[in-house]
Amino acid sequence: MSAPTYDLGKLHGGLRLQAHKKDSTAAPIQNVPLPKRLILPITQHSGDPARPIVSIGERVLKGQLIAQTDGSIGAPVHASSSGNIVAIEPWPVSRRHGNNAPCIVIECDGEDRAIDTDERITAFDTLAPDALLTRVLQGGIVGLGGAVFPTAQKLMQAITCDLDYLILNGVECEPYISCDDALMREHADEIIGGAQILLHALKLDVCYIAVESDKPAALKRLGEVMGDLNDSRLILKQVPTIYPSGGEDQLVQLLTNREVPSGGLPTDVGCLVQNVGTAAAIYDWIVNAEPLISRVTTVTGDGVVQPMNVAARLGTPIADIIEFAGGYTDRAEQLVIGGPMTGKSVTTDRVPLVKASNCILVLSESPSVGAELPCIRCGDCADVCPVQLLPQQLFWYACADDEAKIRSHGLVDCIECGCCDLVCPSHISLTANFRMAKARILEQADEKARAERARQRFEARNERLQSELQLRADELEQQKAAGRQAGPDAIAAILKRKQDQDKDR
Amino acid sequence: MWIAVLTIAVIALIAGLTLSYASRSLPADSDQLVEQINNLLPQTQCAQCGFPGCRPYAEAIAAGTADINLCPPGGDDTIKRLATTLGKNVLPLAGPAALDRAVAIIDEALCIGCTHCRSACPVDAIVGAHQLMHTIIASECTGCELCVAPCPVDCISMRSLP
Repeated sequence: MSAPTYDLGKLHGGLRLQAHKKDSTAAPIQNVPLPKRLILPITQHSGDPARPIVSIGERVLKGQLIAQTDGSIGAPVHASSSGNIVAIEPWPVSRRHGNNAPCIVIECDGEDRAIDTDERITAFDTLAPDALLTRVLQGGIVGLGGAVFPTAQKLMQAITCDLDYLILNGVECEPYISCDDALMREHADEIIGGAQILLHALKLDVCYIAVESDKPAALKRLGEVMGDLNDSRLILKQVPTIYPSGGEDQLVQLLTNREVPSGGLPTDVGCLVQNVGTAAAIYDWIVNAEPLISRVTTVTGDGVVQPMNVAARLGTPIADIIEFAGGYTDRAEQLVIGGPMTGKSVTTDRVPLVKASNCILVLSESPSVGAELPCIRCGDCADVCPVQLLPQQLFWYACADDEAKIRSHGLVDCIECGCCDLVCPSHISLTANFRMAKARILEQADEKARAERARQRFEARNERLQSELQLRADELEQQKAAGRQAGPDAIAAILKRKQDQDKDR
Repeated sequence: MWIAVLTIAVIALIAGLTLSYASRSLPADSDQLVEQINNLLPQTQCAQCGFPGCRPYAEAIAAGTADINLCPPGGDDTIKRLATTLGKNVLPLAGPAALDRAVAIIDEALCIGCTHCRSACPVDAIVGAHQLMHTIIASECTGCELCVAPCPVDCISMRSLP
């Protein structure tokens, strides 16, 4: 067994935040009963929406494919339980942009009958890595750490790179969230199994499993499982409890002292990072043939009667999950999907649980932050920024909408961790500004590309019209020339023929 | 002192002659200017400026025969950018501001296949043949509304995008 290693990293900035995790980790993971209706958005991943392949009225079984990808970046969606499709319609969801998204609604029949499958692959090490990756693609698995990038595509990109390490991310650094902690305590064997599958698929020999130092129970359990397996490729690493050490790039820096280049990916420095939940999902899919249809999520905050970790089917309405956790307290004020730093507050609890939902946070009124005041250029934000950006400068340029300067100051590298917001003495919501600036830059680029295409089409059309005009002019010219060539002789000949004809008559 | 004055005068003369020669005999870079202005325009090709497309309008601006405030889809942003590029004053937009970005939609049940809209489209975003139903390639439509008026059965409408 590999002993936990202290690796006090070289993370720039970051904050030590109050964890608020004790409440939700007191009890083991509980199963939320099947809801009456499951609402499954067709976009639960980053990339293009999946295409529904079922119709209204159709009966589906648990684990059946109901929305398929068509080659682009994306992940398929599976039915979370058996029942009838009653609608495919827009439904409120929690996501970065926009409030409604097309969803497939299943009326559950309560039987929870699974689809027949014989694709359980226990001896995954006999399978070719390519076949394994294709199999992962069909499982609808996405990164469960929050970015929900389709795992298969991440692996396919990674396999083309020169890799040294696989890193399993069990560093759940954001306050309140404890679903990965609970998963590591209770499903450590699946996580380790997933790590072995990934190692085999990527042909790698080293896997770091990184866990924060404030999760002794998870560390112990992982250590036990690894001790039993005695696999020398797996190394448990303990990292300090600093927010945001669980960010992909930050974790790579902490564990390997390699800095991910600006605008780059961890694979550029030979690392592939996967969330522990993703590893467990891969194991469930490959070995048990169960696609990603449920996940562990944390229901917590002082607005919930009984904070806990629950395992719920994807598509379960958030309201049902909160009711299972004892319902709202009198102080419940604000509903946030995700953590307090990076989550998104929603206005209705009709939104469904999706692949990205790692936490359901119900808070009493948010701590009064006071009115936003002008920036006093104290530089505290630059001190805590884990990416070593200059938030006060970025803010300045974002307000002025100076795209070139925003770019040159590295806005694309902002991980939106929210550290700068917390330390700002003027209570400026920097992260929200950066998020908007990023969206604006994307929009502008989109507009530019569209204008460029329109310009090309306009010019191509003009060219075509011009050439058509030219063609017609040429034809006319030819006819005229033919007429001229014929000359008076030809006309005389025609007249003579006519006269002859008349004479014959 | 006279030597210094003379030297400067000679240098100035040579420089002046070279510059005046260059400005006359070297090709003017108005094409570049037109290209630059054209890049700032939104390329909707809607002809609302009174010119048949964005490029002709850019040429007119470069030649100094048109004001910079004639482009409704570009709005104030485009005017500001044009003013900065050309060193002119920002003017208020002439005429009403454009609505949000929209695309044209053909009610395919009503379409009689007359091809009038097809020939009006400045970016070839309408597919169809004589006496056959037409349709609009939504991703290529710039929302210029030039196809709406020619339709004899009024089956084209504009739909704003979210």
